[in-house]
Order: sequence, then structure tokens, then C-alpha cells
Amino acid sequence: MAEADIVAALRAFLPGDCVLSREEERRPYECDALTAFRQLPGVVVLPRTEQQLQQVLLTCSRLKVPVVARGAGTGLSGGSTPHARGVLLSCARMNRILEIDAHARIARLEPGVPNLRVSEAAAAHGLYYAPDPSSQVACSIGGNVAENSGGVHCLKYGLTVHNVLGVRGYTMEGEPLELGGRAPDGPGLDLLALAIGSEGLLMIVAEVTVKLIARPPCAQLVMASFADVHSAGNAVAAVIAGGIIPAALEMMDRKATAAVEPFAHAGYDLSAAAILLIEADGTPEEVADQVREIEQVLRSAGASTLRVSGSEAERLRWWSGRKNAFPAAGRLSPDYYCMDGTIPRRHVGEVLQAIERMEARYALRCMNVFHAGDGNLHPVILFDANDHDSWERAERFGAEILELCVQLGGTITGEHGVGVEKLNSMCVQFSPAERAAFAAVKEAFDPAGLLNPGKVIPTLARCAEYGRMRVHHGALAHADLPRF
Amino acid sequence: MAATADAVLAELRERVSAAHRTRQALRLRGCGTKDFYGESLAGEVLDLRAHQGIVDYEPSELVITARCGTPLSEIEAALAAHGQFLAFEPPAFGADPSIGGVIAAGLSGPRRAYAGAARDFVLGTRLLTANGELLRFGGQVMKNVAGFDVSRLLCGSLGILGVITEISLKVLPRPRAEQSLRLELPAAAAVESFNRWSALGVPISGAAWWQGSAWVRLSGAPPAVRAARERIGGEAIDAASAQTWWDALRHCQLPLFDSRVIWRVSVPGAAPPLGLPAAPLIDWGGALRWYADPAEGADVRAMACAAGGTALCWRGAAPAGRFHPLPPVLARLHRRLKERFDPHGIFNPGRLLAGL
Repeated sequence: MAEADIVAALRAFLPGDCVLSREEERRPYECDALTAFRQLPGVVVLPRTEQQLQQVLLTCSRLKVPVVARGAGTGLSGGSTPHARGVLLSCARMNRILEIDAHARIARLEPGVPNLRVSEAAAAHGLYYAPDPSSQVACSIGGNVAENSGGVHCLKYGLTVHNVLGVRGYTMEGEPLELGGRAPDGPGLDLLALAIGSEGLLMIVAEVTVKLIARPPCAQLVMASFADVHSAGNAVAAVIAGGIIPAALEMMDRKATAAVEPFAHAGYDLSAAAILLIEADGTPEEVADQVREIEQVLRSAGASTLRVSGSEAERLRWWSGRKNAFPAAGRLSPDYYCMDGTIPRRHVGEVLQAIERMEARYALRCMNVFHAGDGNLHPVILFDANDHDSWERAERFGAEILELCVQLGGTITGEHGVGVEKLNSMCVQFSPAERAAFAAVKEAFDPAGLLNPGKVIPTLARCAEYGRMRVHHGALAHADLPRF
Repeated sequence: MAATADAVLAELRERVSAAHRTRQALRLRGCGTKDFYGESLAGEVLDLRAHQGIVDYEPSELVITARCGTPLSEIEAALAAHGQFLAFEPPAFGADPSIGGVIAAGLSGPRRAYAGAARDFVLGTRLLTANGELLRFGGQVMKNVAGFDVSRLLCGSLGILGVITEISLKVLPRPRAEQSLRLELPAAAAVESFNRWSALGVPISGAAWWQGSAWVRLSGAPPAVRAARERIGGEAIDAASAQTWWDALRHCQLPLFDSRVIWRVSVPGAAPPLGLPAAPLIDWGGALRWYADPAEGADVRAMACAAGGTALCWRGAAPAGRFHPLPPVLARLHRRLKERFDPHGIFNPGRLLAGL
């Protein structure tokens, strides 16, 4: 179908400003936060109402036009990279908070509501929405559902999947669909669990009901320095083994602290090989108790220095460094590539050392910030996109880190999603039969294959090609891994 | 031990593949403690108890991995030795269930409303599919968004998509302190209080109401539990009596469960009383309401719907199925998933949904 016909079909029911068809209007939508992958969409639509959204789907389904949903465009894996002949469906204008029920502790939201706005709106009732991805000022709740977003506090408070009670939306065919809801554990299969983290492949969400929780009255941050990354890794395990579930448990290596300190002025110990940031929250008495326990464990685990935040300002300053790690990478290097592998916590030290060896091999620098409590690594590879060889090395460097994560019993993505970025790595983590199972789920929801096609599930041919390529480069990292 | 487990698994694969070829229905069964649960039982029994044993448990990782036939008691004992537990408090009905059965049923105990449901703790599964393939979804890590979350889909699937042969679960340290309180309150006031306390951040881990008494369990750091106890008031229950009460609630052993007809109604946690003449047993801070022997002609399902919830006929003759009927669009998605995972319909036919 010609683009002009699609645009005409959409304009038939959408107001003029809801359809962007001129090239300069579509250009801002050519990529999400993973800017290495760009594709100009066929047309962009920005519905304001649920009826318009449904109408878009009915129209696209009838015309067999692919639909790619987009929230705030903060995704890090190219999950909302547009389709050249498709409709880019932005939910940005569906951004109303529909209801906050303080007594029942729930909020009902349109998908375009920014994550942080939920907590701001709930603050008057002493409540908040727990998942807090670093991009929370911008990222939307619909995008969070698509990616099953995490944040620095999910060790204690869970991921999006643990904090969303239900979603309402539409199938690609425009049929209304409600999964989960305020009443727990409804009948049938847990399709809500499938929809969360499905990266826009299964349905389009028009409304999200989230759980709100009471904001802890007090929080304190412990900052510990370690002379080597191994002891820092062991300290993380020791905290958990000690029966402590802190509100957050983060690690930064020296390269990361050195990168953020000059402009964040967080007050990090730049002589330490790694620092841990461990947060305790709750009532003042509870926090005092937990901070005491954490200090004790860290001291026996070999922390060289220990500091406890003395004020809210100091706590936030220490956090600001961690939260600005990625912008800091941008100051060190023209481009950076952030990985998202997850490993069992006990392998932290080992993986960080392996990454150090890879830096030499790929002749690229890599700094590490890391949700240590969850075993979720964020190695940030610094490269120069204008130098094609540098980007190729960065890609291979990243792929090798992810293969190592899989080999150690972990996963290629803890919270950023597969999108288009990790399609090749999916070939490493999953067998053909497992990928076929994902395809089966996709077909059950979207038989025509029009929702976000080409994402998440790699084709057999692609995996075969990737297998050949890796051998060809002579960089097959783990020759002893079983292959298919 | 590993060789034995591999042999058992190989035999299971063979039996499933053969059943797939011959279109022989299989009834997946662990310890059989939940034979009463589901729409109907059909097929040749595939006993999964022999595929048992804890595969991996590293307390500092907060993860345990076990084969499907592992008794729940074995897992709970292993965790208890390290001060950890399954925070969703899976119920056991009479005898010791297998962990495979626990996850396939996806039922959770009193802590569900506060710590999370069974599915919230599922990190990974291995699935034996109809054509004998052994698939792995999720893993042993806390965060994993590679591919669809099939592991959580399997939790509560009652085996209709395949045999869950292995499960990795997130575990938690036991709370440092626990204190249960009993307050004399009418049901509506109890539910109102449970919700109000939660909104204030009171560290509740169980909130139930039965025969005029509200039961509240506080869990957490000792100072937080102490402060909450002062705030709520009521009668402090000694640890042994509290354990007896919460266990009886968790495992459905209160006298109400001797009734001939029992309904399990799930509603929004703050929903007002449903208007049935009989007083319910209330759990999950108001979200779970059990009704015994409702008056003749009382339409429990309609009342649950009116309150924004669903009703499951736990025991007794079920009008139009045991589970609450699914809207047509959801029923169609169930059929399509079933057709793709189990094209000949060999796994637990009709157990989750009639005709599926």
C-alpha cells in the first residue's frame, strides 16, 4: 500500500496535528535513545484518545501496515526503532493520570504519563510508585510496561512486573483486551506477565493500573571503598548472605567514579578500585539499625573506608554521581555503548576482570556501573561512531560481554530489552526451539505479525549467519559452549 | 544423582513424545494434593515425583533451583537452615506437595498481598514441550528481560502448556522480627483498617478477618515492628499461637474449609462487603474472601463481578465451571497459545479451561 493512501486513511479520523507525514516532522522519531540504529518511519501518529488509538489499529490491521509503539523514546535497545513502511504510534499525548486512589493505593494511568509524575502526584498522600529507572523524569509508564523496567531500587521493591496490577489495551486487530486488574490472581493464564516486557510485540496498552506504596519516612546511604573489585563483589554477597535486603545496592568501578566526579562533585573516593552505594530505608529507628548492620558486614568484608550520609542533601549528592554515570560517559568519549547483562552475584569480580582483559583486546575503554544487588551489569563501552572500525569493535566487545553473562548462568539483558540491538545475542542465549516458543507466543497475540515486526525474536537465518560470522572473525569467545 | 536425574528426565521426554505421537492425553501429577483443583482431570497419569532434588541453592544469591518433583518440605527445610523462606507462603493441602505442583497451580498464602504472589518469585523454568523438546526460560538471576516472560506464564498454567521440569525461585531472608495482633472489629472496619495501615507504611505481612477478629501480622526490623504494634494496638499474640493461626489460614485448615460448598472470591483489596448473608473469611488485607455454604440461589459470581472481582468455586457443584469464565477475547488467546504449545492437546486437557 502506498504511503499516501495510509496517510489519507489515518487523516480520515485523526485531527491534522495528530498525523506527521512530512520528512522533517518524522525525523525526530527515527531512533530511540540507542541512536546507532536509525530508520525514518513511514508516518507518525500521535493519538490523544483511546478511541483514536483503537481506530489507528483497526485501520493498520485492515491495510496490513506494521505498527511500532513508542513512549518517550528513552529506550536503550532500539525497541521503538521505526518500520520504514509502518506507522510509528507515539503514546506521548495520552498522558493523563486518570485516577489516584490513596486508600486502595493504586493509580490508573494513560501510557504516556512520565514515570516520575506518578510519584509526584501520589506524594500528597505519602505514597509513590517504586520502579525508578534512571530516565524516570522522561520515560513513560507505557514504555516501562513494554520493557519491564527496573531501576536502582528493584532489589527490595521489584520490577515493573511486580508493581503493575493490570493493563487495558488493544490487540493489533483493534480488539479491546484487559489483563490483570485490581483483584489479584484472576482466572486463566497469567497473560499480564507475558504482556509486561513484551516490547510492543503483543498488544498496545491504553491504560495501566499500578500499585502505590507508602514512602519510607527516612533513607540513608552508606558509601564504602574497596581496594579491588573482587572484595567489593564479595562484600555484595556478604550483605545479602547477612539477611539484609537494602533498598539499593550499587557498584561503580574507578573508571566510572573518575568519569562522574569532575562534574557531579559527588565526593567519591577516587583512590578506590570500586565503591559500593548501599541504601537503607524505613522508619528512623529501622534505618539506624540497618545502617549499623551494613557497616559491620562491610567492615568484615574489607572495606577500606566507610561513610554514612549525614543529611538528605549528602545522600542525594552521592546518588547524583551514580545517576549521571551515562552522561559522564558522554563527556569522556564521542559515543558510548551501554550493555545490560545480568549474572549471578558471585561472579561479579570475575566478570569485571574479564571485561578489563577485553578492553585491551578491543582497544576500547569500558567503565562499569552496576546494580550489584541484582547482579545487573552496565558496562559502558566508549567508542567513536565516526570511526566505523571503532563501532564494530564496540559491538563485538559488547556481544562478548553478553556471551560471558550467558555462560555464567545469566542473561543478555536485565532491564533494557532486546529490541533490535540484541537480536544476535538472542541466538546465543536461546535454542531454536526456545525462539520458536517466543514466535508462537507472538503469533497467538498477533497472527498477522504487524506489531513491532523484526524485534526481539531473531529469525533462524539471522542466527545461522551470526554463528558463521563469529567463527569467521576468529573471536569465538567460548569454544566449549554447546552450539545448535 | 545427576545421572539418575538425567535418566528420569530422558524417560519423561520419551513418554511425552510418545503421547504426542499417539495423541494420548496425559495428566501431569506431582504428589496429587491438588487433584481437587481445576475443571477436570483427564488422561493417563504422568507421575513427576521421581524427577526430584534441589539442583542449586546459593543463599547469597537468594535463588533456589529444584526439579519439579522436589517436595515443598525439602525446599523449605533447606531454606530455613539459612534463615530464608518462600515469601509467597504456598499452601499445602493435607500432604506435602511437590514444587512443580506449587508453581503449576500458582497459589499463594497470606503474605501474597504484601510480599507478592508465586509468580512474582518465579525467575526461571525448564519446560518439557509436547514434541519432547526441553526449553529453558528465564534463569537464576533477579532481572531478565530477554524474550517473553514464559516462566511467569507457566506459573498457574496447571500444566496445560507442558511439563515444568525445573524451577528457579527467588527466596528472601526471614524477617528479623514478627508480631501478630488480634483486634475485635467488624469485617468492614477491619478491611478499612488494613488498607489505611498499608497506606501509612505499617510493615504488615498478613491481614485477615475471621469471626469478629482481625488478625494482623507485622514483619520486619525489630524497631519497625515495635512501632507498628504501638500504633495498631490490639492483643499481642504469642509466637506459637500466631504460627498456628497463620498456618491454618495458609493451608486452608480453618473450620470453614469443612463446608460442603466453598467459594474463593478475589476482589480489589478495599472493596466493601459483597452483600452475601454469610460472613466471609477474609485474607490478603481484603482482596481474598472465602464464603462457605452461601444461601440457596445466591449468585456469588455476579456479586464478585459487581465488586470488580472474580469467583472460583473451590468446592461443591460448580455452575458453569469451577473457574470464573474468561471474556471471549482472553479465551481465544488461551486457545491460540494452547494450539501452538500443545497442538494435539495432550497436556491436562480441560483442567484450566473446558475444552482446552
